[in-house]
Amino acid sequence: MQDPLMIGGVTLTSRLFIGTGKYSRNTLIPEVITRSGSQVITVALRRVDPESSDNIVSHIPSHMTLLPNTSGARTAEEAVRIARLARSAGLGNWVKIEVINDQKYLLPDNMETIRATEVLAAEGFVVLPYMSPDLSAALRLKAAGAAAVMPLGAPIGSNRGLQTKELIRILISETDLPVIVDAGIGRPSEAAEAMEMGAAAVLLNTAIATASDPLLMAEAFRAAVSAGRKAYLAGLGPVEETAAASSPLTGFLA
Amino acid sequence: MSFYETMTRLEQLPYGTLWSRYTAEDVKRALRAEQVDEEGLMALLSPAAEPYLEEMAQKAHRLTRTHFGHVMQLFTPMYLADFCVNHCTYCSFSSIYDFPRKKLTLEQVAREAETIAATGLRHILILTGESRRDSPAGYVRDCVDVLRGYFSSVSIEVNPLSTAEYAELREAGVDGLTLYQEVYHQETYRTLHVKGPKRVYRNRLDAPERGCEAGFRSVNIGALLGMYEWRQEALATALHARYLQDKYPECEIGLSTPRFRPYLGEFNPASDVTDRALVQIILAYRLFLPRSGISLSTREPAALRDHLVQLGITKMSAGVSTEVGGHSLEGGTPQFEISDNRSVAEMAEMLRSQGLQPVFKDWDILSEPLGLSRQAGLA
Repeated sequence: MQDPLMIGGVTLTSRLFIGTGKYSRNTLIPEVITRSGSQVITVALRRVDPESSDNIVSHIPSHMTLLPNTSGARTAEEAVRIARLARSAGLGNWVKIEVINDQKYLLPDNMETIRATEVLAAEGFVVLPYMSPDLSAALRLKAAGAAAVMPLGAPIGSNRGLQTKELIRILISETDLPVIVDAGIGRPSEAAEAMEMGAAAVLLNTAIATASDPLLMAEAFRAAVSAGRKAYLAGLGPVEETAAASSPLTGFLA
Repeated sequence: MSFYETMTRLEQLPYGTLWSRYTAEDVKRALRAEQVDEEGLMALLSPAAEPYLEEMAQKAHRLTRTHFGHVMQLFTPMYLADFCVNHCTYCSFSSIYDFPRKKLTLEQVAREAETIAATGLRHILILTGESRRDSPAGYVRDCVDVLRGYFSSVSIEVNPLSTAEYAELREAGVDGLTLYQEVYHQETYRTLHVKGPKRVYRNRLDAPERGCEAGFRSVNIGALLGMYEWRQEALATALHARYLQDKYPECEIGLSTPRFRPYLGEFNPASDVTDRALVQIILAYRLFLPRSGISLSTREPAALRDHLVQLGITKMSAGVSTEVGGHSLEGGTPQFEISDNRSVAEMAEMLRSQGLQPVFKDWDILSEPLGLSRQAGLA
């Protein structure tokens, strides 16, 4: 089945984006990539150390699309600076904007995110902003030049699932940008649910990196995302409040 | 409003009978809580929690792995100067001790930085004795200018400064502030700090808040455990951290758990903080503040540190010298005796053997003296 996702001029056949943080060792990353089938991987620039023998980027195969993120940025200015550093470090022109001012819940600052998106999209970056699922913000991000929007399902690292489901449903319905559910997804079933709803992709890290068997979990998410996407394309049957008889009693009237 | 008001309230609590008020049910309630409140914190610090250390540890471990993953940030302190104008009864740098004081030249700072950076560390915490005359903010700023060439993040642990001075250092590229209250209990504080500006309790208590106001990315606080009753001191530290986190949500508030260590003098602390007590404190901090970093220093012995890495700790020092220029010069006086002498490489190996990834770099200094960040429509 041909069902590619196009973002920033790149054709993706996998709709599972993964992360690089929280692993017990960086050498797990290549195998996680293989088992997950993912083609896009986010990496925090703040963890990238080109001078280190264990530089995180050296563990990422060259066929992957790198999505450097601005983790640690508190303002639009910092996010812009980090994105420029990432590009000048040779990490490409994709960037996931992460502007977080709230160290308690790690919720994104949509206003600052929009400001950073305006600047970076104008500079030719493929901008994927991490955001709180708010329709007005999503529309402004689109106007600012975002290539997709990445609403959170629940706070980062919480594994709480799709707590913001209704808001994400509105984003999917009302924007024509790809909606990539990012953060909060803890179980493959939740990834499948996001895809069934019509999300273009999901991004997750904690659920795989902190699983007892990260490689098996990577496989589980690969299957779940694929299943959810197929279900969405197949068109889910309607949900009825009462039982619907398969042999109607009034059929003779037709 | 300052944390001083909270301290005043805390000191009116009937500490003599307070801790025995908590029961096993209170501890279980705190363990079940989605978010531990002040009452829950007190239950977790109380004697009633002692039989529940394992349950606390299991939850603390899970919370830490969820929020921080399998990583441990490493850093090391660099002592720039040991001149001090205070007499604190528990510190080798006290002005009453007669030993050749040192202050690194900028060339020596560079040599020291080069030696430390060669170990792979990219995070540095610079320290001075408390002397505005010998190691003023301007000297620290000059050192930071040198250190930026070697490290991706520079934090300071110096005498309390004004908000303007902190802001100046932040502009110069300092990311973080560490400042220990040493003793939260006011009467004990006055007794232990005999002479010098450090006697002014509120100047020190409010300094972390001034650091938050000045815009440091991280502010790390702690009590020197052993100077007063540890349950009260841990309670004050945790509430201070929450106060700062609530008021300055953009700042990462971290906690440290230093225990008293032998030094030049003969002061014996009033409170003996056992290993079990230290564990209870770390676990209570983690359950109360699930996303806050918790640092563990080389004051603790290697064997204990190896166990504590699974209980909530997120940052550790490694390859430590508490002497001025201790990495590249000879013959300094240590501020206190450390217990874990392992090198950075040995620490990293220990962490890997426990399924943890040592992280040497977790930030880049982003301050731009040239004003680059004001370009591109962001002014």
